[in-house]
Amino acid sequence: MINAILVFNNHGKPRLVRFYQHLTEEVQQQIIRETFHLVLKRDDHICNFLECGSLFGGSDYKLIYRHYATLYFVFCVDSSESELGILDLIQVFVETLDKCFENVCELDLIFHMDKGGLSAAPSRAVSAVKNINLPEIPRNINIGDINIKVPNLSQFM
Amino acid sequence: MALKMVKGSIDRMFDKNLQDLVRGIRNHKEDEAKYISQCIDEIKQELKQDNIAVKANAVCKLTYLQMLGYDISWAAFNIIEVMSASKFTFKRIGYLAASQCFHEGTDVIMLTTNQIRKDLSSPNQYDTGVALTGLSCFVTPDLARDLANDIMTLMSHTKPYIRKKAVLIMYKVFLKYPESLRPAFPRLKEKLEDPDPGVQSAAVNVICELARRNPKNYLSLAPLFFKLMTSSTNNWVLIKIIKLFGALTPLEPRLGKKLIEPLTNLIHSTSAMSLLYECVNTVIAVLISLSSGMPNHSASIQLCVQKLRILIEDSDQNLKYLGLLAMSKILKTHPKSVQSHKDLILQCLDDKDESIRLRALDLLYGMVSKKNLMEIVKKLMIHVDKAEGTTYRDELLTKIIDICSQSNYQYITNFEWYISILVELTRLEGTRHGHLIAAQMLDVAIRVKAIRKFAVSQMAMLLDNAHLIASNTQRNGICEVLYAAAWICGEFSEHLEEANQTLEAMLRPKVTTLPGHIQAVYVQNMVKLYASILQQKEQAGEKEAAQEITQLMIERLPQFVQSADLEVQERASCILQLIKYIQKLQIKEVPVAEEVIALFAGELNPVAPKAQKKVPVPEGLDLDAWINEPPSDSESEDEKPKTIFHDEEQRHSRHRQPEIDEEELARRREARKQEQANNPFYIKSSPSPQKRYQDTPGVEHIPVVQIDLSVPLKVPGMPMSDQYVKLEEERRHKQKLEKDKKKKKQKKEKRGKHHRHNSLQTESEEDIAPAHRVDIITEEMPENALPSDEDDKDPNDPYKALDIDLDKPLADSEKLPVQRHRNVEALKSPDSEAPLVEKKSKKPKKKEKKHKDKEREKDKGKKKEKEKKGEDLDFWLSTAPPPASSTQPQGEPETSAAVVAEPQEVKKEEREEQEEEEDDEGKKSSKHKKKKHKKEKEEKSKDKKKSKKKSHQNKEETAESVQNGTLEDEPLPPMSSYRLLAENPYIKMTYDIQGNLQHDSQVTVSVIFENKSSSFLKSMELNVLDSLNTKMLRPEGSSVHDGIPVPFQLPPGISNEAQFVFTLQSIVMAQKLKGTLSFIVKNDEGSTHDKLDFKLHFSCASYLITTPCYSDAFAKLLESGDLHMSSIKVDGISISFQHLLAKICFHHHFSVVERVDSCASMYSRSIQGHHVCLLVKKGENSISIDGKCNDSTLLSNLLDEMKETLSKC
Repeated sequence: MINAILVFNNHGKPRLVRFYQHLTEEVQQQIIRETFHLVLKRDDHICNFLECGSLFGGSDYKLIYRHYATLYFVFCVDSSESELGILDLIQVFVETLDKCFENVCELDLIFHMDKGGLSAAPSRAVSAVKNINLPEIPRNINIGDINIKVPNLSQFM
Repeated sequence: MALKMVKGSIDRMFDKNLQDLVRGIRNHKEDEAKYISQCIDEIKQELKQDNIAVKANAVCKLTYLQMLGYDISWAAFNIIEVMSASKFTFKRIGYLAASQCFHEGTDVIMLTTNQIRKDLSSPNQYDTGVALTGLSCFVTPDLARDLANDIMTLMSHTKPYIRKKAVLIMYKVFLKYPESLRPAFPRLKEKLEDPDPGVQSAAVNVICELARRNPKNYLSLAPLFFKLMTSSTNNWVLIKIIKLFGALTPLEPRLGKKLIEPLTNLIHSTSAMSLLYECVNTVIAVLISLSSGMPNHSASIQLCVQKLRILIEDSDQNLKYLGLLAMSKILKTHPKSVQSHKDLILQCLDDKDESIRLRALDLLYGMVSKKNLMEIVKKLMIHVDKAEGTTYRDELLTKIIDICSQSNYQYITNFEWYISILVELTRLEGTRHGHLIAAQMLDVAIRVKAIRKFAVSQMAMLLDNAHLIASNTQRNGICEVLYAAAWICGEFSEHLEEANQTLEAMLRPKVTTLPGHIQAVYVQNMVKLYASILQQKEQAGEKEAAQEITQLMIERLPQFVQSADLEVQERASCILQLIKYIQKLQIKEVPVAEEVIALFAGELNPVAPKAQKKVPVPEGLDLDAWINEPPSDSESEDEKPKTIFHDEEQRHSRHRQPEIDEEELARRREARKQEQANNPFYIKSSPSPQKRYQDTPGVEHIPVVQIDLSVPLKVPGMPMSDQYVKLEEERRHKQKLEKDKKKKKQKKEKRGKHHRHNSLQTESEEDIAPAHRVDIITEEMPENALPSDEDDKDPNDPYKALDIDLDKPLADSEKLPVQRHRNVEALKSPDSEAPLVEKKSKKPKKKEKKHKDKEREKDKGKKKEKEKKGEDLDFWLSTAPPPASSTQPQGEPETSAAVVAEPQEVKKEEREEQEEEEDDEGKKSSKHKKKKHKKEKEEKSKDKKKSKKKSHQNKEETAESVQNGTLEDEPLPPMSSYRLLAENPYIKMTYDIQGNLQHDSQVTVSVIFENKSSSFLKSMELNVLDSLNTKMLRPEGSSVHDGIPVPFQLPPGISNEAQFVFTLQSIVMAQKLKGTLSFIVKNDEGSTHDKLDFKLHFSCASYLITTPCYSDAFAKLLESGDLHMSSIKVDGISISFQHLLAKICFHHHFSVVERVDSCASMYSRSIQGHHVCLLVKKGENSISIDGKCNDSTLLSNLLDEMKETLSKC
């Protein structure tokens, strides 16, 4: 299960936050802060998984993140999720945003909180991915059945 | 000017939307908090407006602020207002805000129930969707209970969009309201085969998530999932299923065998890395579960390891990480196949990515062997030196210790080496793990007797160099090792060569800067040292030297007496006095050493951490009982301390041992054992072989250490462990040479087939003899301690509630509550303390007696159930036909035989029935009139679904009776209260009658219609000829001659149940009603009308409701004297009394009040409030029943019925 989806920028400012379990605002902010400090330390060429059970109060949880230009997309999942699958999911999520906003950038997320069901975007991406069933397999995409191109990172500038 | 400001602020108040807010926050970087609090004030103003658009805008802004960490729970009510807006865009904002800030503690959440229900049934699918999404985030047990049924209906919605969401949210509902799992499960299972892939994958997700927590309940789904796995092409679904299989295989190894092939195929064929990875993972799980018996799977292991190697070698760090992760799983069972990739893993230790290094470390843990331990640890030590971050270095440190100490130091061949590694680790600056190292030092020194001498010398060196370690006590924990060092030097001071020097080191003024607890240990162990020096000097006759040392102590101890730490102070002043006394004696030239050393005589044995917990409570000892009444005098307590500790006798004996002869010893041991056995406070030592050491006296059992003294041991500050590595290599080489020599000799002697075998063995690690004969003392455990590890289970697991057997057919009780008024619940159980506890143990309920039967058999029937379930699975797992274990219960009425048919079928039927009932509420509404009115009054609710379960109480009480009936474990034969009503070639009807406590003049007749033909039965209508006393309750407006339509149709072979309510005036007599069922038979040839006559028999027992009664209330009732009495006697009873009681409970709705041997009192109550009390006595072959009841007619009729039942036994 996905436990939380956090999107924040390079300075740790939350841009899109979704917790699927109830936590008080304080705890939420603390998690965002700590997650931010954890991912910030890691440079771009090391693996995208972090074991941080303590953060959510369960050893089963893992952080899986991707970093696009100014934004970090962090998913907190438990062991029932495929790590590689989630990485792809993040990719698809970003692309969904890209489709929604045409050349999505951080400002889109900031200014369109209410637009197009952004709140539901993560779950939409989830269902979108899970329904798509295409055969082509681009490199560095781990789930074979989604046909997505890696977005141009400059779009995020 | 002021006006302008006001105007401006008003403008802002109305105009500022989310964008403006965001922009504003960005423009107020310096005083963000101030700006936001100002915005919140504005939002509060906006929320006071009546305009919903303004409110929605305000709530929208709040959601953003919530994300930034501001509490918005104060706006909960406004959020609900926005949720109930009719416009979708507003509604969505409301639900979004709710999902962000509502939780179980939100008090207004109960106001949302109706709003959500309304949205769920909205014609607009997006309304429904947004409600489902929102609900998933804030569902509470109450909401889950109230809405479960609505959500379940949505699972069959026409739009896949809704179905998908409904399926997913069911998981949350299950978590909050576990009772809904069983009723909803059949439909959920059905969704696995939904035509829409999205819904299908949602169902897979939910079931996988459920199964992950309680896999054993889902084993029976394995065939279905297997089919999905081989047919699906959706990788997401495949991954989930494969992960699920990974959880199932440990429970059913045969499943694993079946999985290996398709999984290997997938591994070969798939190009999706994620799928490949999960396949490998599951194959590993399978192999682990099979690890015992199946040698021919080495190919699969090889395949996995090989694929994982590819992952690890990949440049993608993520794959590398996962590869290592999976590798560590293989390692547990097939270490050999992983060990061949040691090079690769050691290489990963150099990776720049910390996560990968940590994973590699994990792997190393399992890869060590006697042969490579030193080498690996050496590598790690290099890493320790290089590591920059303290966290990683600490991790390395703990890993080194873990690796070395694993499975009782299994891989350590040379403890000197290990001690020097530990000593080297003490040079780490700023580590938090000083205590870990200290614990290891202590453990090794205590448990490995042979190493004590060496350990003591090393520790003495540490103490000597304490200034290096303790230089910065404030910021590092490494000074903890001094604790260990001081203790070891003191405790094993007899091994110390330069005791004087060590004592001086411990008395240095610098020591007073150490933490208190360490100083305390210092002080205590100084005395031990002092004692041994004293003895040494006295024996050597050096009185001067002895006095000198005493003088030294007296001079230096005062610095500890002044310590701020109480413990240190107390010990120091105590000891100072002691030594002053010794000094006096010394001046008088009295030899004191013997007595001083006696203070510390005796040996300490390691005790297992769990030992205390495992001491079995002796029979007859009640730990909770007062030993003395509370205001006790302290005398009894005085005795305890003595017995808690090792008995004194043993301690002293150590020094007297040489004089004691064997016989005497044996005698004493016997006596001691006797004493210990009688002593409840004594922790008995384990009967392990090592234990002998403590019993057998003398030094000959301490293994002799062959220390090569050519090695300079005491070079302070120089790493030494490396030398051991070299030494070890040399040693092994020598050993090998020797062996080879021997072998050559052997070869010469007998050249034979053994030769090759032998030379192979030289390579294996078993051959590496440890450098010292090392005896590791196992930790002591109390005798007959159970080897259980259950104490590790977490009792608060939220998923425990979902551990529900899903294969059992559904009982009616478990139907999801349909919308109804809360009062019903409150009414439910005036006397239901017990039922509450039993809540989770699915209760058999009135409506579907046939299921109740099942339940009834629960105790023993469960076994059968399992068997059956097992059979299904067996059949699938092995192609061979299942063993014919037809344990069809004898004498079981036909109806229950039908139930035993196919669990799946039953479920299906159940499901249909539910659906139909939902569709059909309208028709049933009449019987709920009363309740409906109430409901309408109190809730302004839309009249929707009506409860078909008004007789909650009644059900629960039936459950009670069942429990009553099966108080003992003795298996009971299956019973069914469903009696045959009528039968013809098309249809068979069985029925059961249940009283209804809420309506004192109503009973419910449940009729099961079973279609026996191959035709379709429809338009069934049931009609009875009302009598004066008994009338069928018909919908308003229909005449007494109209029948009541049966609310479903019956496809061939299907059975279903309908309920009819009858009103009665008098219940003291049994009644018979004639009736007719008319129906249309539809088959290929067309449809024909047909009818079936029947006679409905209302026995008096059916007016009784099982009501539990306490024995004191029962006694009072009997005493009251206003009961009529009557009795019967039945001869020729052959069944057991227990069985007989169960029958009465079951068929006549009684409950057992009390039972003494072959005599029992029973109680029941009629729907009109008659008390019925029974006294049942069993004679030789007979049974006598005395009854008391308010109404004599009722009683005699009841007894007659009972007689009839019993005479059949």
